[in-house]
Amino acid sequence: MARTLEQTTQEVLELAAGHFKVAPGTLAAGDDFFRKLGINSLQALELLSRLENHFSIELPDYEMQGVSDFQTLAERIQSRL
Amino acid sequence: MLDLSQYSSIGAALREAMQAFAGEVCLIEADRERENHRLTYREFAERAAALAKALQNGGFGAGGRASIIMTNQSKWLISAYAIFYCGGVLVPLDYKLTAEQQWQLLRHSGASVLITEYAIWRQLAAVAEGRAACRDLRLVLVTEAPAKVELAGALRWEEFRGDGAPAFVARERADMACIVYSSGTGGQPKGCMMTHENYLAQCVALTSLYPFWPGVRYLSILPTNHAIDFMVGFFGPFVCGAAVVHLRTLRPEFVREAFAKYKITYVSLVPLVLKNLQKGLQARFAELSAGKRRVFDWLVAVNKALTKSRARPWLSRRLLPQVHSAFGGELLTIIVGGAFTEPQTLQFFYDLGIPVANGYGLTEAGTAITVNDLRPFRADTVGKPLPGMEVRIVNADSAGIGEVYVRSKTVMAGYLNEPELTANTIVDGWLRTGDLGHFDAQGHLHLAGRKKNMIVTEEGKNIYPEDIEGAFESLPVKELCVFAADYIWPRGSMVGEQLVLVVHLEAGQNFTEELRRQIVERNNRLLNYKRVHGLVLVAEDFPRNASQKILREKLREHLAALERASAVQPL
Repeated sequence: MARTLEQTTQEVLELAAGHFKVAPGTLAAGDDFFRKLGINSLQALELLSRLENHFSIELPDYEMQGVSDFQTLAERIQSRL
Repeated sequence: MLDLSQYSSIGAALREAMQAFAGEVCLIEADRERENHRLTYREFAERAAALAKALQNGGFGAGGRASIIMTNQSKWLISAYAIFYCGGVLVPLDYKLTAEQQWQLLRHSGASVLITEYAIWRQLAAVAEGRAACRDLRLVLVTEAPAKVELAGALRWEEFRGDGAPAFVARERADMACIVYSSGTGGQPKGCMMTHENYLAQCVALTSLYPFWPGVRYLSILPTNHAIDFMVGFFGPFVCGAAVVHLRTLRPEFVREAFAKYKITYVSLVPLVLKNLQKGLQARFAELSAGKRRVFDWLVAVNKALTKSRARPWLSRRLLPQVHSAFGGELLTIIVGGAFTEPQTLQFFYDLGIPVANGYGLTEAGTAITVNDLRPFRADTVGKPLPGMEVRIVNADSAGIGEVYVRSKTVMAGYLNEPELTANTIVDGWLRTGDLGHFDAQGHLHLAGRKKNMIVTEEGKNIYPEDIEGAFESLPVKELCVFAADYIWPRGSMVGEQLVLVVHLEAGQNFTEELRRQIVERNNRLLNYKRVHGLVLVAEDFPRNASQKILREKLREHLAALERASAVQPL
């Protein structure tokens, strides 16, 4: 069954929390992931690779330019599912 | 390599290169395991000509300003060549800036044309007031836009083609070629006006130490809007008939593959990425069994002894084939720039037979001022002045340390629309860098901190403390400001630079845990490299001028009288 945007967003938040070892539930859809997780651009690319594997899609780096919050990230993923 | 003394502009030199190296490959663009394009100089020139013709049909010509905001890809370079062909001024902007910042710089630059990618345009178009304020902008070209999407007034780059040959527009050496933005303070953009002379002179100087030739492959990872990549990832290789390799992804796994797949000769990296590479290699070495590790360490020691006076890449590849094959087996040098690199990282790579060309420079000086020439390799300095660079140390103290001044044909013409700032920065033809250093007996420059209130991160980001203060503005305290800690208490080092928040509480106010929590919360809203690392509490009013502006120099003198260790509370 196809995922809803809410489900996708939730999975993105859980994967990010797991990958960067922060407590589940501390991340919210509107959070800026660079600021909230204190990560640099290389670590953000790691997260993208992790999400690609999970959702079995390709997220080109150049299409993710300017995306810094989980909500928009989830929307970009959703449009490719 | 072309004899650049024969040409008066970037466009003229590139036009000659297109003919001289017509059949050579100049550009490879790959996206993960797929190769998008492989263009010869002839094919590259044909694509640029169609764009140049269409731009000219639209009235773009000599002195017109055109901005590029794109990730590294073939259309970046094709567009840049088309702009130069038309006699235009290129305004390369950082694609990582926010849309608001990009609009601010577009407006400041007076660009009439913007060439960008669809994903970036989506962000820009969402800021309607930014566009409305950008009155000079008449044409927006967007690459790779999906079919049928609304482009908010922009045109598709791929369809913007003119028929027939465009007219080549000649420029003089003293004419402006690019407006390159270095980080400004307090929202004041600093647009460095770079002339054609600046680039032609810099290219001659750099290629005298690190030459390109047909067959050389340069992996372009640093953003091309950055002065380093513009020179060594575009102009330099092109006037030598070499090839540039673009990757549409910077995921480490694909970057690693690219080294071997495209037999990369040179690559430029920022110190952060270089250190990550070092950590990765060290982790791999640590996994070797004790016996293999002993053999490996012995081979490294042999390599070290044999390359003491000069690099011997062919020998190093034979001694340490596993290490070199991971870099494709053809890598000659890693160029590192954008920030200061720790000597131990440079030494680590050199000992493996991979020289790292470190140096020192700034956009205002036309990128590189000094570069390590590897004769012999020195990890402890930033090298010697490039040919044509006059460098002197001004107001030196008893240890010989003073401010670095530079005079050369590569120094910018000035800051756009900022005559006062220009006059303070370039004095009697000498560029005041604001960096401190001294020369040793061998003529190598050693950097020893900064005279200016700023830090540079390992990612090559220049951070000005005044720009951070906005994040703390609403704190319930009497007044606050942010300083580079080393600006108050110089350490003579450019590694591990940090910011501190200076706070003056209201009369009778106590520093509470709640206040600390609020500071931490605001700090965490900043991007990690912009965060303050310490807090300084002061009891007196900040010195201010008649218009209530903080007199930072006076405040710094006051703070400098305190002892750093006891004055700074870690956050």
